[in-house]
Formats: sequence, C-alpha cells, structure tokens
Amino acid sequence: MGLKSKDLLGMKQLTAEEIMEILDTAKTMKLVISSGNKKTSHLQGKSVVTLFYENSTRTRLSFELASKYMGSASANITTSGSSVNKGESLLDTARTIDMMGTDIIIMRHSQSGAPHFIAPHLKASVVNAGDGMDEHPTQALLDMLTMYERFDTFEGKNIAICGDIYHSRVVRSNAIGLSKLGAKVSVYGPRTMMPVGIEKMGIRVASSVADCIKDADAVMGLRVQLERQQKSLFPSVAEYAHFYAITPEMLELAKPDAFLMHPGPCNHGVELPTAVYDCDQSVINEQVTNGVAVRMAVLYLLMARRNNL
Amino acid sequence: MKTLLKNCKVFGKPDADKIYIEDDKFAAPFDEKNADKIIDLKGATVVPGLVDMHCHLREPGGEYKETIATGTASAAKGGYTSICPMPNTNPVADNAAVISGIIKKAKEAGNCRVYPIGAATKGIDGEQISEMGLMKEAGIVAVSDDGHPIKNAGIMRKVMEYSSDFDLPVLNHCEDKSLSEGAMNEGDISTEIGIRGIPTASEDIMISRDIILSEYLDIPVHICHVSTKGGVRMIREAKARGVKVTCETCPHYFTLTDKYCENYDTNFKMHPPLRTEEHRLAIIEGLKDGTIDVIATDNAPHHQDEKDCEFAVALNGILGFETAFALGYTYLVKTGEITLDRLIDLMCYAPSKILSLGRGSLEEGEDADLAAFDLDNEFTFDKESMLSKSRNTPYDGWKLYGETVLTIMGGKTTYEKLQ
Repeated sequence: MGLKSKDLLGMKQLTAEEIMEILDTAKTMKLVISSGNKKTSHLQGKSVVTLFYENSTRTRLSFELASKYMGSASANITTSGSSVNKGESLLDTARTIDMMGTDIIIMRHSQSGAPHFIAPHLKASVVNAGDGMDEHPTQALLDMLTMYERFDTFEGKNIAICGDIYHSRVVRSNAIGLSKLGAKVSVYGPRTMMPVGIEKMGIRVASSVADCIKDADAVMGLRVQLERQQKSLFPSVAEYAHFYAITPEMLELAKPDAFLMHPGPCNHGVELPTAVYDCDQSVINEQVTNGVAVRMAVLYLLMARRNNL
Repeated sequence: MKTLLKNCKVFGKPDADKIYIEDDKFAAPFDEKNADKIIDLKGATVVPGLVDMHCHLREPGGEYKETIATGTASAAKGGYTSICPMPNTNPVADNAAVISGIIKKAKEAGNCRVYPIGAATKGIDGEQISEMGLMKEAGIVAVSDDGHPIKNAGIMRKVMEYSSDFDLPVLNHCEDKSLSEGAMNEGDISTEIGIRGIPTASEDIMISRDIILSEYLDIPVHICHVSTKGGVRMIREAKARGVKVTCETCPHYFTLTDKYCENYDTNFKMHPPLRTEEHRLAIIEGLKDGTIDVIATDNAPHHQDEKDCEFAVALNGILGFETAFALGYTYLVKTGEITLDRLIDLMCYAPSKILSLGRGSLEEGEDADLAAFDLDNEFTFDKESMLSKSRNTPYDGWKLYGETVLTIMGGKTTYEKLQ
C-alpha cells in the first residue's frame, strides 16, 4: 500500500493502479467526512505545510481540512510573486520548511515545473497543488472520483472539456489521468486558447462546443480568466458567452445521464449560465466534498509510503 | 624561439607530419636538434585555430559569470584562437571606450585574439544607431544587438546602410518578440509540460524581413544562430537569387531537440529555443548544402543561481566553447554528414572571411594559430573539467570524439593536454 514515489508531482507520474488506489481510498475517506466525528489518527504526530505562491480558496482549504481531519499538525504559508522578486529563492524557502521537520509540503506555484525542481532536494514529500500551466493532479483526482462514483468503469467513457484549454493545468492532469484509465477526452475552446500539438496527448480537439459535448458521459466547463480579454484572447465577455458557453441546449447533446462539472470558481453567465450551474445534472458542489476526500487519500497514501520506508 | 610539433597529421597537407613555428609565425622546416621546444602530438590532427564569431564573455558587468580571462581560457580549451564577443555587457559595448577596455583585458589574458562586436544601436535598445565608426577604430569587426533584435524595420535599414559605410557586417538575432513571450519551442512538448512556447514563426518572420532589406538595399546581412527549417529554406532561396545573406547555427541546434526540456532542465533553455527533430534535420541539411556558412557557439555563461531555478525564470543560454568542435566532429563528420574540410570551413575559414579577420592559414610566415584534436579516441565530457567560471552545459557526461590536446595562438601555447 502507498504510492511508489516520494512525491505527487502530476498525473504523469502515477500508474493506473495508483490512481485507482487513490480513488478507492478516497471513497473510504468520504465516509469519515460524512460521519459526525471527522477525526482519524492517520497523520497523528506528522506535519503538513501548505506553501502557496498563488491565490487559492478551495484547494488550500481542502488540503488544510484534509490534514486536520487526519490529525496532523499543519501550517500555511501564503506568499505572492516569483522567487526572483521575493528575495529568497524557492529552493531556500522549501529547504527551510523541510528542515523544520515537515513531512509533506503542499505547494502551488505560478511556474510550471516548480515542484519538480524542489522535490529532489527535500526529505519531505512534495504534493503539487498546481504548477503554472503544467498540472493540478489532485483536481484531476477529485474530478475522477466524482466520475468514478457514477461510472462502473472509465473504459470508453467520453469526457468533454470546454473553455480556456491553453492555460489550464486542470485539462492537462485530467487528460493524462483519464487516458490512463481508458476514457476518451475531447476539448474545445477559442483557437486563441488552444495549445499547439495538444492532440499528441491523446486528446481529440473538437470543432465546436456541440461537437465536443455530443454523446459525452461527463461535461466539464473551465473558468475563463476575464483578464485574458486584455491580451486579445477573446474580444468580450458577451461574445465568449454567446459562442463558447455550455448552454442548456448544448448540454442536451450529451448522453441522457451525463453530468456537468466545473473546477471552480465559476464565472456565472460566462462559461456557464447560472441555470446550468444549478441544474439537476450539475455535480459541482459534490466535487468540492470530493476534493477533501481525495486530498485525505493522497496524504494518507504518501504518509503510508513514508512510514513503510 | 623555435617550436616543433611532431607526430601529427596536418589538416590539408596529407604528406606532412610536423609543424614548424618560429616565435609567433609558422616557419620553414628546421632540424629537430635546433628546436627549443618539441611537442609530441601522438597522432593528433592539427587544424588552423578555430574562429568563433558569436560568443559572450560577460565582462564588463557580469564577472561573476565569466571574465575575459576565464572566457578566453575556455575558448582556448575548445581549440579557438579567435573569438568575437557580443556587446550585451554592462555597460553595453556601444562606444569606443568599452571596446578598448575589452581588447586591453583580452591582450593581458593572452589566451585568444578577441575581436569585439559593437552594439548596432546605443544601449542595444533598437532606437539610435551607435558610434560604429569610432568603435571600428577601436577594433570592432561587426555590429549587432544580439539578444535584443532590432524590431523597427526602419532602424534596421539605417543600421545596415550606415554600417556599410565602414564595411562592418550587421549580425542580427532574428526574433519577433511580439510572438515569443515563451521559454521554449512551441509544440507538443511545451503543451504537455505547460511552458509557454516560442513559435518558429517568431524567428522566420524576422529572417524574412532581413533578407528583404538586404536584397532591396544590396547590403550584406548575417543571420545569427538559425534554428528553424523555414529560416534555412528562406536563406537558401535568397542565396540562390544572389542576396548577400550569410548565416550561422550552433552545435545545440544540430545535436539537441525540445524533447530534452521535458524534465524542466534549464541547461536546455536558450534563445532561439531547441526545436523539434524536423528542424534539427533541416539544420544538418543546411550545413551539408552550404546554406549555413558558419558554426558559432553562442557561448553564454550563467551562474548556477541563474540556472538552478524554475524553468521559465532561468536565464537563456549555454556554454559552447569547450564542446563545439567535438560535437561538430562527432555528430557531423563521424556520421558522414560532412567532411572535416567542411567542418573547418564552418568553424574557421567562413567566419574569418565574413568578418575579414584574415585567419585560418597554416602556411609559412603566417601567424602561428592552431589547434590539435585527438580524432581517434572517444572521451567523456566532464563539466567539472571546464575552464569557464560557469557550468551551464547540457553535454555533461556525453561521449565524444575530438578532444583538444593543444592550442597555440601566435606561437604561444594557450591550452595543452598531453600525457
């Protein structure tokens, strides 16, 4: 039991078996969350630090609650800016946290590859909570848990993802993880937000929102950062909502029992009309609960590996 | 002072096995017993001292990365006897005083002939042409805003016109910065690892502009470090039309691809970025058919702190002097892509000709500049053996042929590794 690697850097580094082990463990953890007494001793006597160089509400809070539900000592560092303009290098900061006896460092950073860079230098396990445009593995795992609760298997399932594909680490992690389990991922978004060569990742690039969603088993909307408008990636919110939003009509093209996901935070009326956000098919609120469960599972399995060594 | 090199092969002279040097010149044969110094080269091959028309020595201003003394020692270890440092120092080499300072320090170090390249515009900011004439009097051999491409076509035109009054070639780093805010080549690898990409179009657009200006004005232009298939194709076509365009590439563009960036190793980060296999093969084609005139190093020392960090934050560039010849020999000559003659043309005669340096002769009476390489035995390149102050090489541990055993500049030994 436990993960093969010291760190969880991305879905790239996980095998299909490890992903399933995390999902199965998370199902158990969900029982802890729904019980009246949210307390286990899996991380008793251990310490977990969240080191966030970017803003976050749900990811940071869910990691923090996950570690507290399992009895660890936890601390949070929130900082902004890159290592360069902050004065202390990322590696020095990480080593400092490491040397305080930290078992697991959960890091979010604006630079792709930042956790890959520090991990080999540290005794602590590093969990990637989002690195630039690279990966956000625990988001993909919670999305997959949400699907797993509804699917008997991932094999052959169609997953549609619409929105800003270029900047999305959520897409990359989901595409890698879902492909490993045999699901088929289709993506669509404005061409200005479609990265070159993404089809090489085993993803189908759809020709429209309708084409992307047609016959999907699950549909995922992505947050569009409104400031991208200033960089000429789309002309206006109104135009984006008109051509690229997941409307109720579009959702009808999916399979009858398909469900709708969104990693949040959502721009209501931009990528999703509020009516869609709140519709019966929406599982967006459940994703949040699953976020805590999956992070408990990840912390538990990383710690199990540390205890076994 | 008479020096005899014996037991060697001599490039271009199949019958010779000795080199005679008297003071700073190649000399007529003399009797071995009259030699003051005899060096046994044990079968190594002597070639004219190499010429690098594109490098960075970092001094003044970046002495923590490299100094003129350490940079030229590193060049000598690579078999170079003449090198041309780019002007992006601090202060910028855009005036005669800075140029004179560089030349003075290089003479004191005595490791290489240093022919500085002056800034094309003041402060390399692409707005006002520099004092090229005065810099030429101080010793520059070309002008360039390397690293800071001249984006305004009108200024580029004036730089080309004005520099032609002084017979100073213009060397341009071709990159349309509005297309290249990324940190590596744009493609499936950059997409997969989430690093912003630099499209080949960024380079190709500016190469096309410079070719058009050169053709229109009938003034030569030299394109720095070509890395793209499109660039090679356009330069090939332009040359066929008679446009006075020349170009260079660097060893990393024919030995490496963007695949090496997969693990965020910053020693594979440079401008232009490593491209895909398709482009790497096109560079080799360009080297074979003569489209590419020169192999330069773009030797770019950086301190460990500037490379040991997040990929997008790391500075661009890698060391090149100490691996260039061995990479060219191993990956172009040993593989049968080009001959040794062609490699020496790319790394000595052609850059000397483009910059009118008058280098590259092993004939009696000429300056005794030479390098001797062991072409027969494989060696493992070890970054800890480097003479540079920096260690930012992607080639640590590579097995190569063509280790330098001796470099002589003006009759003086500047590097020697003989057991």
